[in-house]
Amino acid sequence: MTHDPYDADRPLLMRCSCGQHASAADHAAAELRARSESADFEAESASFIEATLVKALFPQDALRRRFLRAVGRNTAMAAIGSVLPLASLQAMAQGTTGALEKKDLKIGFIPITCATPLIMAHPLGFYAKQGLNVEVVKTAGWALIRDKMLNKEYDATHFLSPMPLAISLGLGAPATAMNVATIQNTNGQAITLSVKHKDKRDPASWKGFKFAVPFEYSMHNFLLRYYVAEAGLDPDRDIQIRVVPPPEMVANLRAGNIDGFLGPDPFNQRAVYEEVGFIHLLTKELWDGHPCCAFGTSSEFIQKNPNTFIALYRAVLTAAAMARQAKNRELIAKVIAPQAYLNQPETVIAQVLTGKFADGLGNVKVVPDRADFDPMPWQSMAVWMLSQMKRWGYLKGDVNYKQIAEKVFLLTDARKQMKALDMAVPEDKTGGYAKFKVMGKEFDPAKADAYVSSFAIKRT
Amino acid sequence: MKPSLAFRAGLLSLLLLVCLLGLWHLATLGGTQAAAPAAMTAEQIEYAKLMGKPIDATPVAAKSGFPTLAQMGRTVVHHLSEPFYDRGPNDKGIGLQLAYSLGRVGLGYLLAALVAIPLGFVIGMSPLIYRALDPFIQVLKPISPLAWMPLALYTIKDSAASGIFVIFICSLWPMLINTAFGVAGVRREWLNVARTLEVSPLRRAFEVILPAAAPTILTGMRISMGIAWLVIVAAEMLVGGTGIGYFVWNEWNNLSLPNVIFAILVIGLVGMALDLLFARAQKAITYVD
Repeated sequence: MTHDPYDADRPLLMRCSCGQHASAADHAAAELRARSESADFEAESASFIEATLVKALFPQDALRRRFLRAVGRNTAMAAIGSVLPLASLQAMAQGTTGALEKKDLKIGFIPITCATPLIMAHPLGFYAKQGLNVEVVKTAGWALIRDKMLNKEYDATHFLSPMPLAISLGLGAPATAMNVATIQNTNGQAITLSVKHKDKRDPASWKGFKFAVPFEYSMHNFLLRYYVAEAGLDPDRDIQIRVVPPPEMVANLRAGNIDGFLGPDPFNQRAVYEEVGFIHLLTKELWDGHPCCAFGTSSEFIQKNPNTFIALYRAVLTAAAMARQAKNRELIAKVIAPQAYLNQPETVIAQVLTGKFADGLGNVKVVPDRADFDPMPWQSMAVWMLSQMKRWGYLKGDVNYKQIAEKVFLLTDARKQMKALDMAVPEDKTGGYAKFKVMGKEFDPAKADAYVSSFAIKRT
Repeated sequence: MKPSLAFRAGLLSLLLLVCLLGLWHLATLGGTQAAAPAAMTAEQIEYAKLMGKPIDATPVAAKSGFPTLAQMGRTVVHHLSEPFYDRGPNDKGIGLQLAYSLGRVGLGYLLAALVAIPLGFVIGMSPLIYRALDPFIQVLKPISPLAWMPLALYTIKDSAASGIFVIFICSLWPMLINTAFGVAGVRREWLNVARTLEVSPLRRAFEVILPAAAPTILTGMRISMGIAWLVIVAAEMLVGGTGIGYFVWNEWNNLSLPNVIFAILVIGLVGMALDLLFARAQKAITYVD
């Protein structure tokens, strides 16, 4: 394959430095694969998976210690081994998985950096290592992801984390039980404004602006609404919010169709690179550590193919463990930039992942945690999303926040199972429901309704 | 001797093409970037690097602006030098993408023809059915392919089949209407002669009506093919996965105009080839009264 080195639209694919690979991307993939096979990383990844699991069961360290002291290590491991799906991770971490029910899988993704773990697991061979033959399929928009999941064309997919909640509730889809297995990424989004609005940094001056978000049931929509409402604007009346597939946002911004967007990377950075927009703020500044996308599938798939699901789970978690390490980020950018995956200039992806980026206003910023890949599906996050759905009128009537959160976000499955097994799981108010702050205001998941009614601008 | 009309028309076409390319060249000529100011601070240099801008004398190609002719030429050569490569589901050569699109169009179109021509025959032969079905046809005919897509995805539950269904439903109407029109318009005298000779209905349909209506039917088929080829690009942009429409979408994501322009050219050329095919067929079956 020959590549034109002067073509700005393609990553520079010259022969790699060691001369053994066809392209720099292949070289980077080989390098990362080697890193993933080092004993260091294997141990690290195994303990990461175990820690994720145990953390899921016992969000509070004191609780974990009390529990382990009470029943002993072996009983605890046996108990964990008997619950699905988080628990079997333990078994897998030790290399004992049952026969795979299904080996050829299709996984959908939207070409954005949020999907980094599940994309990179493909070229790095993490799926193959679990005995899976996975095809990762680029998809044109979130509505199509939803339809293809409902059609069962995809076995598992990259979701916006509120989507499985909405689909399970039958909002914008026939009610079908979906699950969030892991969060794909935290932070990593931004509000990008058109360069012509360089002097309008105060959201109160945004009256009449047209904004794009990727989907109605997205953190992007909820965060943008939250942000402008805090500035006193009604997101339904004072600004216009349109649904635009992420890849089409930059083209729309350039055409002047929209004034800005709260969208996923790399499109914020791409807008800067194309000199049509600047980064107004990173969503990290609104809620540090907020979830964005998720890796999920239907409950039916998990029930029918538990072992396959676990294998998938492990592949994606391995990738997440690797993506969390800052030293790997530049290589990952090389691996996922080519046409088959994100199809973006490599420097744009690298700026997003390393957090050293041009902001479009002439500054170089260094924000190492601009994007992160923390996989914990905290249920308090789900409750916050539901509270925002309620606030903006997507959800009507009384909402049993906890019940829905626990049904969709797989964190508590294990806890319930343990109760059924007559094991001591002391009721604990923050278990799975860690508190967090959004724009300085604390969110208490136990009082979601009070939280909703505390806002001046709402649709209830 | 004066050169033939075809020769002169060809010459004029060529002239127009050269003019167009010349205009293109002139319009994109000014795109070369001004040299960066000599004294830049370290931070400015770093910022320029992140923005993909030149920091010294070495020129950097314009980013996603309108391509120059030379860039366009390179893109064309690049795609045509390896049209059939296949690197996984998201990265295929232009030849393969075209094959996927043509396959979809062919299947949807064939299904439409199988339904439209017999149905058109029935409608054309019976004024009663013609009147009864007319409102349905008139309502369904003007619906855009993109409007069908969500319904198709929801009911058929398969994105590949939905794409084919959309081709089917959009290319159905011109064929149906033209067939009915052609059949209804067969000269009375010919039918009367056939009746006098006590020709069986089947023979009458195949040996009298079909040849008489064939030119009109083929016109309908030609229009339908044009529509099917229009629809495929929109359908594939929506459904994604494979095909020339997906290729356009994927390159749009990357704001890569040379590739989009290349795809536009390919779509145009293939559309022309398909139309020529039907023009040939039409010539073969026209008759003079």
